[in-house]
Amino acid sequence: MNFPTDLKYTKDHEWVKVDGDTATIGITEFAQNELGDIVFVEIETEGENLQEGDVFGTIEAVKTVSDLFMPITGEVTEINSGLEDNPEIVNSDPYGDGWMIKIKFDGSTDDFLSAEAYQKLLGE
Amino acid sequence: MDVKRIPLHDIHKNLGAKMMPFAGFEMPVRYSSDKEEHFCVRDGVGVFDVSHMGEFMVRGAGALDLIQKVTSNDASKIVDDQAQYSCLPNDTGGIVDDLIVYRMGEEEYMLVVNASNIEKDWNWIQSKNTDGVEMEDVSDDIVLLAVQGPKAAETLQKLTEVDLSSVGFYKFTKGMLAGAEMIISGTGYTGSGGFELYIPKEHGITVWEKVFEAGAEFDIKPIGLGARDTLRLEKGFCLYGNDITDTTSPLEAGLGWITKFTKEFTNSENLKKQKEEGVTRKLVGFEMKEKGIPRQGYKLLNDEGEEIGEVTSGTISPCLEKGVGMGYVKKEFATVDIEIKVEVRNKQLGARVVRPPFVK
Repeated sequence: MNFPTDLKYTKDHEWVKVDGDTATIGITEFAQNELGDIVFVEIETEGENLQEGDVFGTIEAVKTVSDLFMPITGEVTEINSGLEDNPEIVNSDPYGDGWMIKIKFDGSTDDFLSAEAYQKLLGE
Repeated sequence: MDVKRIPLHDIHKNLGAKMMPFAGFEMPVRYSSDKEEHFCVRDGVGVFDVSHMGEFMVRGAGALDLIQKVTSNDASKIVDDQAQYSCLPNDTGGIVDDLIVYRMGEEEYMLVVNASNIEKDWNWIQSKNTDGVEMEDVSDDIVLLAVQGPKAAETLQKLTEVDLSSVGFYKFTKGMLAGAEMIISGTGYTGSGGFELYIPKEHGITVWEKVFEAGAEFDIKPIGLGARDTLRLEKGFCLYGNDITDTTSPLEAGLGWITKFTKEFTNSENLKKQKEEGVTRKLVGFEMKEKGIPRQGYKLLNDEGEEIGEVTSGTISPCLEKGVGMGYVKKEFATVDIEIKVEVRNKQLGARVVRPPFVK
C-alpha cells in the first residue's frame, strides 16, 4: 500500500496535507480498502467551524457507513464537489482527486503521524 | 467464541481475500470489490465458499415425521432428489432458523441450516425428537461451493457427465464432478441461477481448482460474503438474523408460501390463528427515492414522521444504483407504491414500498 511521505496521518485513517494554516484532508489507501466500494460521500459542513474530533461528513460504502472526523480544530473552507457524482474516486485516487475537504486551522499539527509512524500503526 | 476456519481458508487468504469473523467462522468477505463481484455473478459466473453452512443428516423410518413436526413447509410433497425451502418455527411465534430440506430417499434427508444457528438448530430439533430418529451433524465434513451466475452450468458441465440441464431449480443429484462424488444441487442465494456443490472436504481444494480452470474462459471469480448479501437482497431473499428472527413470524415475513397448514407442526395452531386474524405488521421491500442508503436498524417513518417500523436489511443495489431495503412496517403501510420515509442519520429520506425482487 502507498503512504506518501509528504502527507501526515491520523489514527482515524485520514491523511492531512498541511500548507501553512490550511490543510487538505482525505482518507488513506488503507481506509478506502477496508471500506470497499465507496458509493456516497456526504459532507454538508462547508463554512462551519468544527472542533478536533467532530464529524465533518459521512462516507458510505456498499457494505458499511463510516464517519469522517476533523483531525484538528478549524473551519471547513471547501469541500470536494467532484465526489458527489464520482464517489469511487476515493477508491481509485485517495490521495489525489479523492480528497474530502480543505480547512483553515490554527493550532499544532504535532500530533499527526508521519507516513512511517502510520504504517507502524497498521502493523505493516 | 472461538472462530473456526473453513477447509479452504488458505486458498482464500492466498487470493487476497479480506477475511472476517462471520457466524463463528473466519470467512472471505471480499476478494476485489463488492460491486465487481456482484456483477461477476449477475453477468457471468462466480464461486462462493459457503462451507460455514450446517448440514444435518436425518435417517430412518421416523425421519419424515420428525421433519414434518419441526418444519413449516410440507416435506411430504417432495420426492427423491428434490429440495424444499422451509423454516423451523419456535413455540412463541418466531422462527428458529430457515433451512433447505433435501430428500435423498424415503428414509434419508439432509437439512441445510445457517452457520450461526448450527448448535441452536441441532438442540431445537433434538428437543422435538421424542422418537429417537437418527441424526448426524456432518457440517465439518463438507465443503460447500456455490457456483452461481448465467455461465455456471456451462462451466460445471465441462467437469461432469451428469446432464446439468436435468438438475432443475431446487432439484439435486448425487454424481461425479471434477473427479469427486458430491451432491450437485440446483439451488443458490443469488437469483442468478447456478448450482451448489456439497463436496466431501478432502476433495474441496481439487474441485475448487478445477472449477476455476473450467470457468476461466468466462472470467470466473471468487465471490465474498459482501456481494452475497447485495445479490440476495436485490432478489428480496430473507436473511436469518436480519429479516427473520426468533421474534418474527413466518407469516409476517411473507413466508406464508412455506407455511403449510396441511399438517401439524411446531406452533402451527397459533400460526393458523394468526393467518385467519391477519398479521399486524409485515415485511416489505422499499426503494429509496432520494440519495441515501438504508441500513439495518434505521427507523421507517410515515409522511408525518411517525415511526412505523424498522429496516432489517438495506444496501445500495449495484444493479439499480439506488438504495433498497426490507423492513417490518405496520400492516396499513404494507401496500405497494405507498410513500414512506427512512431516517438516515439526521434526515428523513423519501422511499416507496415495492414488491421484491428489486431486480427482476
